[in-house]
Amino acid sequence: MKKLLSGNEALALGAYHAGVKVAAAYPGTPSSEILETLATFKDIHAEWSTNEKVALEVALGACYAGVRAMASMKHVGLNVASDPFMAAATTGVIGGLVVVSADDPGIHSSQDEQDNRHYARMAKVPMLEPSDSQEAYDLIAIAFDISEQFDTPVLLRTTTRISHSKSVVEVRRTRKELGQAIFKHDVQKFVMLPVHARLRRPLVEERLAKLKAYAEEFVYNRIFSGDTRLGIVSSGVAYQYAREVFPHASFLKLGMTYPLPQKLIRDFASKVEQLIVIEELDPFLEENILALGIEVQGKDFIPRFGELNPDVVETAAHRAGWLRPAAETKKVEPLPGLPPRPPVLCAGCPHTGIFFVLNTIGQRSRLLDQQGKAEREGSLIITGDIGCYTLATYPPLQAMDTTACMGAGIGQALGMEKAGVTAPVVAVIGDSTFLHSGITGIVNAIYNQSKGTIIILDNGTTAMTGHQDHPGTGISAQGEKTKAVELEKLVRGIGVEDVKVVSAFNIKALRAAVRSAIDNPQLSVIIVRGACSVRLKKRSGQRAIDKAKCDGCGVCLRLGCPAIQKLNETLSIDITLCAGDACTVCEQLCPKKAIAQAIPSQKERA
Amino acid sequence: MKKYDFLMVGIGGQGIVLASDILGEVAMSAGYDVKKTDTLGMAQRGGSVVSHVRIAEHVWSPLIKQGGVDILVAFEKLEALRWAHYLRPDGIAIVNNQATPPPAVNLGLNRYPTDTEIYSRLRQLTGKVSTVEGTKIAIQLGDVRTLNMFMLGCISHLLPIEVKLWQECIRRRLPAKILELNLAAFNRGREEISNANIG
Repeated sequence: MKKLLSGNEALALGAYHAGVKVAAAYPGTPSSEILETLATFKDIHAEWSTNEKVALEVALGACYAGVRAMASMKHVGLNVASDPFMAAATTGVIGGLVVVSADDPGIHSSQDEQDNRHYARMAKVPMLEPSDSQEAYDLIAIAFDISEQFDTPVLLRTTTRISHSKSVVEVRRTRKELGQAIFKHDVQKFVMLPVHARLRRPLVEERLAKLKAYAEEFVYNRIFSGDTRLGIVSSGVAYQYAREVFPHASFLKLGMTYPLPQKLIRDFASKVEQLIVIEELDPFLEENILALGIEVQGKDFIPRFGELNPDVVETAAHRAGWLRPAAETKKVEPLPGLPPRPPVLCAGCPHTGIFFVLNTIGQRSRLLDQQGKAEREGSLIITGDIGCYTLATYPPLQAMDTTACMGAGIGQALGMEKAGVTAPVVAVIGDSTFLHSGITGIVNAIYNQSKGTIIILDNGTTAMTGHQDHPGTGISAQGEKTKAVELEKLVRGIGVEDVKVVSAFNIKALRAAVRSAIDNPQLSVIIVRGACSVRLKKRSGQRAIDKAKCDGCGVCLRLGCPAIQKLNETLSIDITLCAGDACTVCEQLCPKKAIAQAIPSQKERA
Repeated sequence: MKKYDFLMVGIGGQGIVLASDILGEVAMSAGYDVKKTDTLGMAQRGGSVVSHVRIAEHVWSPLIKQGGVDILVAFEKLEALRWAHYLRPDGIAIVNNQATPPPAVNLGLNRYPTDTEIYSRLRQLTGKVSTVEGTKIAIQLGDVRTLNMFMLGCISHLLPIEVKLWQECIRRRLPAKILELNLAAFNRGREEISNANIG
């Protein structure tokens, strides 16, 4: 049967058919749909874990009990999970264990760009890289086989363009049912005391040697013979771009990119006049091939950062002389100077009000220039975190000073406070991010006597990655009702005495809460609660601007709400976007009382 | 088999990803190889969205080269202008005549291009430009969110695929509650472009 599947859907279906029993993940673009798809199969356990480290530990425990297990995450998630990842590389497995890392070349939706192929080398574990959805479906099943055959976790690395592209998949298998879980005590394998870890260490090297031999025969490491003047080594989506740009060249396509098939590479190199590598991000294959003493070109011409595409590969090929430009075609340049359309907080977003309040209390509109730089310390420092709310960095809200990684804002706030900044410091963090890695930060802040303010933005979902549930929502990945973690109880339990819960859509209350928290000489936590507007089922009471009352002062525009628009000097509200009664923040701000209901609310209609 | 490279552009929230999914599935069920990929920003709504849909006997890259797009389908006209350079000479552009100013325009930092600027640039690149009032029609039909099915209807003539396959795929992908309205929008889009005579 043929299906049009994304790489992520294909990985999930492939894993399910390969008999995966336990799958765990924390949402992160571009990996989220893997677990979302697995969660639709009710005969397995698929969970959102609190973070990637926990997810991998869950999968590791399951595989120790003899079942097939996987953990999937975005590239930076593997940083969080690197501790159990390295441990798993040492202990090995019983049931197959596959770790999926979805890298984000081009930084579409991440805080950095990193090439996680290096993790395979560091952990000395095999790595597979699909180049389309069919290979994603096929390779993940093989990954489980390799894991069990060689007693090792397997890293399956995808990228945004593989995970989020759809292509045709011939679904050749059905689910393979595997045996009952059973855990057999084996301290030398599972208890990594130094004395046991030392015993495992040479086994890791032996395993790697066996894997090198396996790579030589691996059917997804494959030569496609063509014109022998140019031989191209490639993998992943870069292979597809290379095939498009060099329709006649010879190819060595690698489905397994660690360890590399040295003999196969030597054979291929000996058959072609010139050898080149086309790969995204770091010169990972190139440096490994150079280390074999083989002459090869690549990153002198192919960019080391950013996402590749056929245009980038073709331009590099012309520059390098690998390809002669076709007859002169006039390339049309993009039109410069168009207004950009960056992602913005949605109309009715529960983050808009609080960031407007932080902006005004911090007098930031006067402080920051168009590039978001300031010449002096502000009257309020806002350490940020990872989530939709990071978009509050942009004008007009401009209410974020830092964003590093999940949970970092709370630690950074304490660091600034202890460094001795004179302005009050406020850390902002989303509910899902807080549960992911903010809790330890608050414990640390209490322990080290912070005087600061922590604002938890509780929109009841993991919004940016597509509205996944989390421990605070009380709904599991597979839709079961579970016990919800209550944020206010959790924070009080840690020892914070000044805890307030405020509606995200009440500007006066938000302003009062922030002022009181800043003035309070002990650690304060404000939980700003309001549902994500994208999840609003029914909208009613959409607002409109009364043109007779509006004097065009533009205060409402300082919210950055995409429903409030200005065309030809006239302000208006787009009722197809406005969240109406669920929000009303602009109405609360308007000094001329010019904003009111355009469409009656549900109550009035009834 | 002829190749069809579609670039569908617009704003997050306009339903472009679903529309390009359906286009891809319809082409697959008609026997084509298909690759499609969406470039999305990090938020749910409001950012630029670009979807590449490649339909041919065999497709390698999921991304289309600049100057290789056969059919540009713009759900918003500033986005049409932004991506026009992807069109091949004599490619087809179908533009929803709708202006949604981005934040920089609302804040007075930037200017929304005039219709003359938009359409003269498009017509410089190709003689095959078609404007539709998709947003207005979708609102008239009862829900602005049917714009994506209207736009699908507009392009459904351009592939040698019978209308039945399109309708079946829409039935598979949309919940029953909103199906009839969306099929109506699809059919309306189909009429709209068959009258416009392009291609």
